[in-house]
Amino acid sequence: MRKGFKRTVALALSVGMLLGMSLSSYATTIDRSYTYNYDYWGDVQDSPDMYSVCKVFTSTELGLEKRLNSPQGSCVVGNLLYVCDTGNNRIAIFERTSRESFTFVDEITSFEGSEEPKTFSSPTDIAISEEGDFYIADKGNARILKLDKDLNFVQKFTKPIDNSIDKDIVFQPSKIAIDTAGRVYCVAIGINKGLIKYEADGTFNGFVGATRVVFDFKMYIMKKIATQEQLNKMESFVPTEYDNLYMDKEGFIYACTGNVEADTLKAGDADSVRRINPLGDDILIRNGVYWDGDFPVYGDLYMGNGGGYSGPSKFADVTVFDNDAYVCLDRNRGRLFAYDDQGRMICVFGGAGNMDGYFRNPLALEHMDYDLIVVDQLDCTITLFTLTDYGRLVFGAMDQFDNGEYAKSGKTWREVMKYNGNYDLAYIGLGRAYLRQKDYDKAMDYFELKYDAENYSKAYKKHRKEFVEDHIVLIVIVILALFLIPLGIGRIKLIKYQIQISDAFKYNN
Amino acid sequence: MFAALKSKENWQRYFKSLKFSLYCLTHPIDGFWDLTHEKRGSYSAATTILVLAIAAYVIRLRYTSFIFIQVYWEDLNIFMYIASVLLPFILFVVGNWALTTLFDGKGRLGQVYIATCYAITPYPLIQFPLMFLSNFITVDESEFYSAMYVISIIWVLFIGILGMSQVHEYGFGKNILFLVATVFAMLVMIFLLMLFFSMVSQGVAYFISLTKEMLYRL
Repeated sequence: MRKGFKRTVALALSVGMLLGMSLSSYATTIDRSYTYNYDYWGDVQDSPDMYSVCKVFTSTELGLEKRLNSPQGSCVVGNLLYVCDTGNNRIAIFERTSRESFTFVDEITSFEGSEEPKTFSSPTDIAISEEGDFYIADKGNARILKLDKDLNFVQKFTKPIDNSIDKDIVFQPSKIAIDTAGRVYCVAIGINKGLIKYEADGTFNGFVGATRVVFDFKMYIMKKIATQEQLNKMESFVPTEYDNLYMDKEGFIYACTGNVEADTLKAGDADSVRRINPLGDDILIRNGVYWDGDFPVYGDLYMGNGGGYSGPSKFADVTVFDNDAYVCLDRNRGRLFAYDDQGRMICVFGGAGNMDGYFRNPLALEHMDYDLIVVDQLDCTITLFTLTDYGRLVFGAMDQFDNGEYAKSGKTWREVMKYNGNYDLAYIGLGRAYLRQKDYDKAMDYFELKYDAENYSKAYKKHRKEFVEDHIVLIVIVILALFLIPLGIGRIKLIKYQIQISDAFKYNN
Repeated sequence: MFAALKSKENWQRYFKSLKFSLYCLTHPIDGFWDLTHEKRGSYSAATTILVLAIAAYVIRLRYTSFIFIQVYWEDLNIFMYIASVLLPFILFVVGNWALTTLFDGKGRLGQVYIATCYAITPYPLIQFPLMFLSNFITVDESEFYSAMYVISIIWVLFIGILGMSQVHEYGFGKNILFLVATVFAMLVMIFLLMLFFSMVSQGVAYFISLTKEMLYRL
């Protein structure tokens, strides 16, 4: 309603503005920085780079005789990088020998044992257990292989025999993760009931983390009135399948999906990334501060057409740092979205293109400490990102806070602020540091600056309690005075009135 | 003009009529009857209440705790913001008067204005203290704020509806009917205004382009 009236006024003003129309064409081509952030209002805020491209490795630079062909998966253990060279049916192993170099160590093309065939067909993912066993998603051969560290066949995980899975569907395990007990979680193409869960002995143990199906009333009506032919043309009404998963160090699975629609994401009916507990519930924390409620963890807020790309961010992979911050890889626009453990955006960087730091079809993301490794399927390159000074400060401040060094953390956040004054996390981080140092006044100031109502309230509650405790005597006196003074005045007035009407005094006057 | 301001009698009448708005809060039927029929209200007092209400509406943006109201200052046009309440208010007064005049409503335009202004008394009366109070409560206690806020609105609507029935000497059903009809009257007026403004803007654009054309040719 109110908007309607605003429009009326706007129309009225537009008459006047018509005359000044020619003045209003200001420069529209604003150069955006490589890295950016969304603030409380969802506005894009330029940011200094948190990550910079350390080096882009092509097949030649990696020392490969046979060039990489459509690599789709990767895995990092220590300083070893395992890349699934899907097109060449092999796993290539690289060692990070210095800060900016990977050298080719070995490749896995076959294994020993009773299982046939002994070679791979389009391996898409690899996972490595703590004991050094390899788990390989051998997509073309419809199996997940478990090999010991000497590449002897141990066991395989095959298509689950279950009523809920179509018997005719070809089993195509594409992404896998393993937990410490040796259970295997698998994303398979065409299976949308969640992650397939195998026990360590290879038995199928149901699905976990099925995506929510949203009941759509419009769809329901449509189905009632549509003809059979129309129904056949309609997209089948199914939950979305996951694209990738990552097992974090606590044993929770981060699963991401690119099969998302802009409207369901914005309505909060779909998630791009989830943290799945053993019961299959999503426990991802979304505590970010955003004018419209929780901060949306689905990548770009603006999904309009631009540069040939449209639609929401499509997360192809996710990786989780040791401090529970996580980075999602958007294969749609080639961007990386970093969020902290509370679901607040740390930074966004990257893009689609051919330059260093831009991608064409990035599919795999791994991390070595805080360095990020992106595997691009089309470019057949491995891009290594390392932290800049600014990035080191941001993560440093987070780590210091987690370690309980609040004063230090506050100091570091202040350093961050010198680099980037438009960084909401720095203000809130500084506020949290002050809050832990029991400097509630300052904490409140910083939270208020970035509209963090939850933390502000925490600080204010403490502040209020302190205030009341310090001034309890004064408060009691004021309250008593507020009650007693009107009471006293009333009494005096009453007495005066009684004196006035009293007969005893009437004649004495 | 200034002589009128100096007259003590005028001031007394003003304050008396202003004070009468408090009586209307708790005795709406009686109060609004007296307001118009016994001339207990005044234009000056009514306008004061309106100004106070608008002031509360604007000032609360700045002085309410950010927990309850977050303002994107970059996009805020204070005139638009004021117009967003003032315009509906004027439309309501005019629309209501125009409609009820046709269906033997007794209220004159001035009386409808005074009664409507007196009806919004609860808004500034609650909003100003609420604004102050909001700075002393946390997110957990936000229900207090929203409850008080809703009360201020409901109170306005309640005495507004009752007040209108007294001004026009309508029964309850007829009163509600014409209040609903007033909303439609407002929509019609908005439509006409938009039509008017778009036609004016097109007219202006026509002459501008005509002048431009002529300047190019000459």
